[in-house]
Amino acid sequence: MSEEKLVLGFEGHTVEKTVKLPEGEPRPWDLTSKLEVVGKHHPRVDGLLKATGKARYTHDVRLPGMLWGVLLRSPHGAARVKSVDLTKALASPGVKAAFSLEKSEVRFHGDEVAALCAETLDQAREAVRAIKVDYEVVPCVVDATDARKEDAPRVFAKRENILTSPMSQKRGDPAAALSSADKVVKATYRTQVQTHSALETHGVVARWEDDGSLTCYASTQGTFSVRDGLTAQKLWKLKASECRVIAEHVGGGFGAKFGPGVEGVAAARLAKEAKAPVWLMVDRKGEHLSCGNRPDSVQEMQGGITTDWKLTVLTVSSYGTGGVAAGAGVYNPGDYYKVPNVEKREESVFTNAGGARAFRAPGHPQGCFALEQMVDELADAIGMDPLEVRLKNDPSVVRQEEWKIGAERIGWKEKRNKTPGRGAGGDGAPPRPYAGTVLRGVGCAAARWGGHGGPGATVLVKVDEDGSVEVRSGAQDIGTGTRTVLAAIVAEELGLEGPEAVKVFLGDTRDPVGPGSGGSRTASSIAPAARSAAAQVKDAFWAALKKALMKVADSPEGQMKGGKVLLDLNSGPKWIPFAEAVKKTGKKGFQASADRQDNYKGAGFHEQGVAGCQFAEVEVDLETGKIRVLRVVAVQDMGTIVDALTAESQVIGAVIQGVSYALFEERIMDRRSGRMLNADFLHYKIAAPADCPEIVPILFPVAAGMNNVGLLGLGEPPTIPTAAAIANAFANATGVRLREIPMTPARVLAALEGSAKPKKEWR
Amino acid sequence: MAEERDGVSRRQFLKGVSASALGAAALARAGLPALRAEDGAGGTTGIERIPASGGKLDLTLNGKAVSLACEPRTTLLDLLRQRLGVTGAKDVCDRGACGACTVIVDGKPVVSCMLLAHDCSGKKVETIEGIGSPESPHALQREFARCDALQCGFCTPGMVMSLKALLDRERTPSVEAIKGAVSGNICRCGTYPRVFEAAQSAARSIGGGK
Repeated sequence: MSEEKLVLGFEGHTVEKTVKLPEGEPRPWDLTSKLEVVGKHHPRVDGLLKATGKARYTHDVRLPGMLWGVLLRSPHGAARVKSVDLTKALASPGVKAAFSLEKSEVRFHGDEVAALCAETLDQAREAVRAIKVDYEVVPCVVDATDARKEDAPRVFAKRENILTSPMSQKRGDPAAALSSADKVVKATYRTQVQTHSALETHGVVARWEDDGSLTCYASTQGTFSVRDGLTAQKLWKLKASECRVIAEHVGGGFGAKFGPGVEGVAAARLAKEAKAPVWLMVDRKGEHLSCGNRPDSVQEMQGGITTDWKLTVLTVSSYGTGGVAAGAGVYNPGDYYKVPNVEKREESVFTNAGGARAFRAPGHPQGCFALEQMVDELADAIGMDPLEVRLKNDPSVVRQEEWKIGAERIGWKEKRNKTPGRGAGGDGAPPRPYAGTVLRGVGCAAARWGGHGGPGATVLVKVDEDGSVEVRSGAQDIGTGTRTVLAAIVAEELGLEGPEAVKVFLGDTRDPVGPGSGGSRTASSIAPAARSAAAQVKDAFWAALKKALMKVADSPEGQMKGGKVLLDLNSGPKWIPFAEAVKKTGKKGFQASADRQDNYKGAGFHEQGVAGCQFAEVEVDLETGKIRVLRVVAVQDMGTIVDALTAESQVIGAVIQGVSYALFEERIMDRRSGRMLNADFLHYKIAAPADCPEIVPILFPVAAGMNNVGLLGLGEPPTIPTAAAIANAFANATGVRLREIPMTPARVLAALEGSAKPKKEWR
Repeated sequence: MAEERDGVSRRQFLKGVSASALGAAALARAGLPALRAEDGAGGTTGIERIPASGGKLDLTLNGKAVSLACEPRTTLLDLLRQRLGVTGAKDVCDRGACGACTVIVDGKPVVSCMLLAHDCSGKKVETIEGIGSPESPHALQREFARCDALQCGFCTPGMVMSLKALLDRERTPSVEAIKGAVSGNICRCGTYPRVFEAAQSAARSIGGGK
């Protein structure tokens, strides 16, 4: 154990902390560190591979003798399966194997029933239609409100439809606080079901090797989770070492891609039965139906505020459905603001619909949509600027700063309508300079996240005798930039020119263990291990230089920079290329692997979690009901910025996904048949280029000091506040609250006409 | 009842239906039977039938002649990805709704999941693989990487091809023209602003002869 004094925080707010470091740990980066590579803008290291179509995704894997697999799915919302007859399918042209999943019941449209594989995908698709299934259709329920009723059909025969979540919380005395607050607002907020819609669908290519082991190419966020899911099957006996999972490039995940899934197990089983490799990627319809979604929510909320701007109480009673899965909780009142009295009740309701899965900040965008509108409504109730109310109640020193930066950038003071409403300028100000039917407004909202990462990751760093450097982890890069982050960290530690000087190998379970890409903790978990390993390699290299009788400084600190090493040659001190210096050691190379250590106890800067906030400016057309998001300013803390370019991309992407969630996306179910009506990309609308606002990503670096890198998760937090900020901007433009997303033109017009809740007649 | 048994799948519908606009002479050269009245579609207008079992197809792919037997129901995308192992164009929505399968046919950007392979007979097909490589990238590919106009990268080949068709047509396109060119390309990671930036930058470098 050694001790280091660190300077943490950010400019204008620094703290000194002494941390105890585990043995062999490099000194953590802090505000005094002079970094050459880390923190700058670097193109992602696999960018050209992707832009030239050379990056190979699971979808693109082609193996000799490979067969094509397809799943048969239930067309019904609920049914008993009386028989599955494969005879005709097995006799269809090209079919090599087929099996029934032997389900006695199907519980949702898209529930998997059988699988087969054939020599071509067209043959497989045709043959799957020849499978004869005798269904006895039974009543189904697809709506959470309906499913809570006494006489609703049971989704699971032996379970209640309603599950009370253990996430419920209580503090203080909410009832008393509600009666003593100066103003109380009651409101109900609703959010919809959103599907992940990664462009690469779920699926695997499975091949059984001659030695009985299984190789599985998988589109996954968790290579090791796929391996563990496959070895746990009773269909075969397979040790972890006998199952290799490869995910070289992954076409997005957003939380839905963990474990092998029904499709992964089916592919491996088909491959075993057909004695040939099998490709089985889910089609777009199956992806919408069965491969995950964000649960919807109905959140009845009450908030109380005092005339001196203090939020005193928040209560929420929510329910929502994750289909056949639980987990429809929402995250809201507890920790964003200093609210002394909180009560939260929530129910997760089973319905006959595809199961929810973790989706980019699970529970958070829903909760934030309600909470941050409530804060605005409370501010309205006491006639205060909602930003001032936030500044008064926000305990995060980081976000305090971010609010100011964001407000400045969006032009909060100039653009906020003090008296919002039809015919802008109702506050007596001159009419706004835009067209007659269009109003504009601004709104803001906060994001909070953890994402500190932790143990469970090992990284290997290797320097070859020719001076080439590689880093290896079995974890995956799902498009977030993990490869580039690792390369930048190793380049920094070894004094190389930049990330492109490091070859990164990810996504193969033969390499050291790494985490799944969930909870924004991939980079924050593996980056410190990569730095530790690189530091060990550096020390070994330096010792070898000394041993080779080179005259060098005692310590490599400051002696390795820009891809060069400072040696004291006969001709005097000279910077020579790293590769040459490696040759001078006479060694065959260096390598070290390091485990991710625990975060240092009590050393972190982020007691209030990762902080972010966003400001949106919207335009509302009173005639068409169309909302156009003009601009979003996103200020986001992420601890240490490793690669600013890919980090900004993450923030921009998260905002666009938030715009899409706020305005367009919605799973539409037919109540009687239980079918999803828009299981494609024509009718399930995702924000397209023309819908994209101007986005200003502002990264807010904080020296976090809880490990040797101090990187905090970034994937999730910036998607949390977007919908809430847009809703608040809408209210600021129109003077009307729209408490339901997606904010479609129909809902906007209904809200403007002052009707109560817009009717969903299309259901 | 199997899913959609009561409906007709798109591929089943296409199976056996002739690809349009095939020249009679081309088919005669290929030794294929012409459409006859008993085949169920009226006869002698020069529309020829390709048997369900497949017919000969010739096209140019990235400058190379390709000649093979192909079923009439096969889309250009399936031909590329499943028959030829050319996997740059992605199969994402299979309904022409997302643009990830965009390729260029005779100079025009098309969604290859909505185009029958036989409709490309005698035509020039250009895919992402044909316009550049990591060692020698097209200006668009280079700028996509430099500006980080991609995250997971699955929509990227389609984006690049939509823009390539634009830049082939217009040396100095406006931002509106750029947005228009990719208006049918969906990205789930949310890369649009940097796609616009990369396209402008590529246009500048091509137009300016850099």
